[in-house]
Amino acid sequence: MSLTGIIATLPETLVIFLKTFIAVNILMLHIAYVVYFERKVIGHMQARLGPMRVGWHGLLQPIADGVKLFFKEDIIPSSADKPIFYIAPVIGVVAAISSLAVIPMWDGFSIADLNIGLLYILALSSIGSYAIILSGWASTSKYAFIGSLRSAAQVISYEIAMGMSLVGIMLLAGSASLSDIVTAQQGGVFNWFIFKQPLAFFVFVMAAIAETNRAPFDLPEAETEIVAGYFTEYSGIRFGLFFMAEYAGMFIMSAMAAVCFLGGWSGPIPGVPGIVWFLFKVYGFIFFYFWIRATLPRYRYDQLMSLGWKLFIPLALANIVITGLVKIL
Amino acid sequence: MIDDNMNDRSEGVDLLSKELTLNMGPQHPATHGVLRLVLDLDGETVKKITPYVGYLHRGVEKLAENRNYMQILPLTDRLDYISAMSNNIGYCTAVEKTFGIELTERTEYIRTIVGEMSRIANHLLWLATHALDIGAMTVFLYCFRERESILDLFEKLCGARLTTTYTRIGGLKNDASPEWLEQVYKFTDDFPSRVEQYETLIDQNRIWLRRTKGIGYISPEDAINWGLTGPVLRGSGVNYDVRKTQPYGVYDKVKWEVQTAQNGDIYDRYRVRMEEFRQSNSIIRQCIEQIPEGPIISDAHKYVLPPKDRVLNDMESLIHHFVLITKGPLTAPKGEIYVATEVPKGELGFHIVSDGEGRPYRMRVRSPSFVHVSALPKICQGELVADVIANIGSIDIVLGECDR
Amino acid sequence: MEPIEIVARLREKFGSEILQDTQFRDQVFVSVKKDRILDICKFLHDDPDTNMDFLADLCGVDYPDNEFRFEVIYNMYSMQHHHRLIVKGMVPENDIVIDSVESIWSTADWHEREACDMFGIVFAGHPDLRRILMPEDWEGYPLRKDYPLKGRKDWEYKGFEELKDLHSHDKEWNIQA
Repeated sequence: MSLTGIIATLPETLVIFLKTFIAVNILMLHIAYVVYFERKVIGHMQARLGPMRVGWHGLLQPIADGVKLFFKEDIIPSSADKPIFYIAPVIGVVAAISSLAVIPMWDGFSIADLNIGLLYILALSSIGSYAIILSGWASTSKYAFIGSLRSAAQVISYEIAMGMSLVGIMLLAGSASLSDIVTAQQGGVFNWFIFKQPLAFFVFVMAAIAETNRAPFDLPEAETEIVAGYFTEYSGIRFGLFFMAEYAGMFIMSAMAAVCFLGGWSGPIPGVPGIVWFLFKVYGFIFFYFWIRATLPRYRYDQLMSLGWKLFIPLALANIVITGLVKIL
Repeated sequence: MIDDNMNDRSEGVDLLSKELTLNMGPQHPATHGVLRLVLDLDGETVKKITPYVGYLHRGVEKLAENRNYMQILPLTDRLDYISAMSNNIGYCTAVEKTFGIELTERTEYIRTIVGEMSRIANHLLWLATHALDIGAMTVFLYCFRERESILDLFEKLCGARLTTTYTRIGGLKNDASPEWLEQVYKFTDDFPSRVEQYETLIDQNRIWLRRTKGIGYISPEDAINWGLTGPVLRGSGVNYDVRKTQPYGVYDKVKWEVQTAQNGDIYDRYRVRMEEFRQSNSIIRQCIEQIPEGPIISDAHKYVLPPKDRVLNDMESLIHHFVLITKGPLTAPKGEIYVATEVPKGELGFHIVSDGEGRPYRMRVRSPSFVHVSALPKICQGELVADVIANIGSIDIVLGECDR
Repeated sequence: MEPIEIVARLREKFGSEILQDTQFRDQVFVSVKKDRILDICKFLHDDPDTNMDFLADLCGVDYPDNEFRFEVIYNMYSMQHHHRLIVKGMVPENDIVIDSVESIWSTADWHEREACDMFGIVFAGHPDLRRILMPEDWEGYPLRKDYPLKGRKDWEYKGFEELKDLHSHDKEWNIQA
């Protein structure tokens, strides 16, 4: 590309950088405060207060936690496979944050409106599971090893269910671009795909929880069984990165639910900015995550697998067939 | 690279299917203290479990041989520190039977009340941790809320929350005030509704049922043969409760039933304990309704500490008190005896050999946790790692008692 | 059946084995020779009239001055008949072996290991007789009456010297040699 070419594209590049900056900042703030949000919500559900000490009602708690994680000693087991051990959490965070690129937060705002946005997100969430598998392998710890094996099996099973539940959406919207999917849901609440695809929504929600390793599908990090699962051996900021990846993953999955099923930036009351609706839906969904965590016990490994293969995948397949038939007729 | 034994190829074993040896504990979130298990895993299936205990061994039996009967009492708090009251009662009952002391009626009633309160507190902690092990974390905090009120009541009664040392040989440390009894009564008014709360959270929960039903099965014959006692035994359908078969306290004067279940799995053990909440609650209520006035210290002066006000005002009582505290009862009868009481975890037995000195010649503690841990490998055989955790929770062990 | 009747039956069947029986409060203790302890236990367990299906406890006691220094106490209870009998197997110091009853009651497994750990009593036929509460390399049997109550001043954990040598070059451990 010639110099003039670069100069000509400069404004556009700058805009992309600006957009990225905004999105990543939103995400980072989100991660910091969604942890606070979780602790508060679950605290009140469990007849206690949650963080109260740092700042007014514990509002500075996430910052204190972040500072603590940054300055903690970074312990690396002597028998660990060091390069992989170093890189694993980074893969996780990069995969989670990159997914943000295609999420349309309001009308016309997405960093890159790929025409294969859905596939891109599915692909990146699979890459995220590499972080888990590699960290478990590199730690040379049996607990981490079992955790990562569980995770590999779980991600493979639930990725299929999730992908298939989204096929119906693509059929209805006629596109895999997330902006197009939202556009297809415009025109009133009842155009949202949650009403046209309730079965797919159900499968998607379950698969999303399993995909992000949250309760009741948190087997890869089941504390009482395998200590902390794949990140047993991690400490300090590397542990913080895994934490970040998990909460970013929750944000992405919630955003996907909002975009694909709940109409994205559109809302029932006109005049309210799209970003408000979008975040409202995302946080509603995240609240749902917390609610489930405070309510349900954990599944057992084999039960989780049989649930995935014997219930969710057939349901998703049936949904595709039904959607296809309805579409043709 | 995970383990040496994953790389070496032994004879006749396929390289791709090596067993994994997993060391669980003594520091592990779900081993309820310092239990150490070595699991031989085939995938996630447990081939063999070897428990290792003794990390909390403090030599209580040896210590007991070298201090007098009065001084042993605080040691019993530290056996099962979750339900210290029950241990105090168990030990004192054993010593009183050795000495042949008759208790006053009020003492028996108060002991029964605190014993059952401690059963409720213990089962609350059990339910809390058991549910947390299976992943239901909200139950944990709800249970602690009620346990807190019981511990507060203990604090009001005797000044301590955990290590109570409330009973004395032949009596109690102090009397329970009418206000205290009223507060306990008030607690029992609320408590059944709280039990219902826990049940709404997990009783019909599909995940909970799938995690507990049919898991960790123990047949009644096995349960007896393995020496299991308490709710674990009753969960297998064996109607055995020391409170009924060898009554102590006032368990024969109040109306209650031994709770049993039929299937012998984790769920049934859970059900038995949930019903025991209600039984204990009703025992406490009946005791408070019936409790008579009267002294709390038996009049067997040879063995029993004189009342505190007499000690402070009366020279003979002071000397008497001094001798009993420093030397122990000097005219203890010779003989040996095994006395069992039903503590929340099962049958706690004290086998006391007395040679007439102020200290026991030998004191053996038969602790339910020790026996229950010994049965763990047999219960978990062939189940999954997650079930091992659920099983550890369901047999309700405390390692302080197991290791003594 | 009253415990004293059980003792009478035992005398009938194993007359020469029974040394003495004592009674304290409402409990009956029978001292028996150790050689046929397995038969006696099996009889008490299997006979439908006694049916001692529950071994409540098994422990040792040490009497350094007696002819039989050690007693192994079998505390049996019948879940069906609700009676208790305490059998004592008498073990002399110079022949400190007694048959294991693990084959009759599984619960005896750990109790016997503990008695072995604490008194050094050897249970013949036990599948896995190791120390249980004390560390594997412990010396002595703590619950014996002649076991010292105080440790020596220069005593230190076994293997500490080896550990010190192993890490003498290692600055992180910071062990003063």
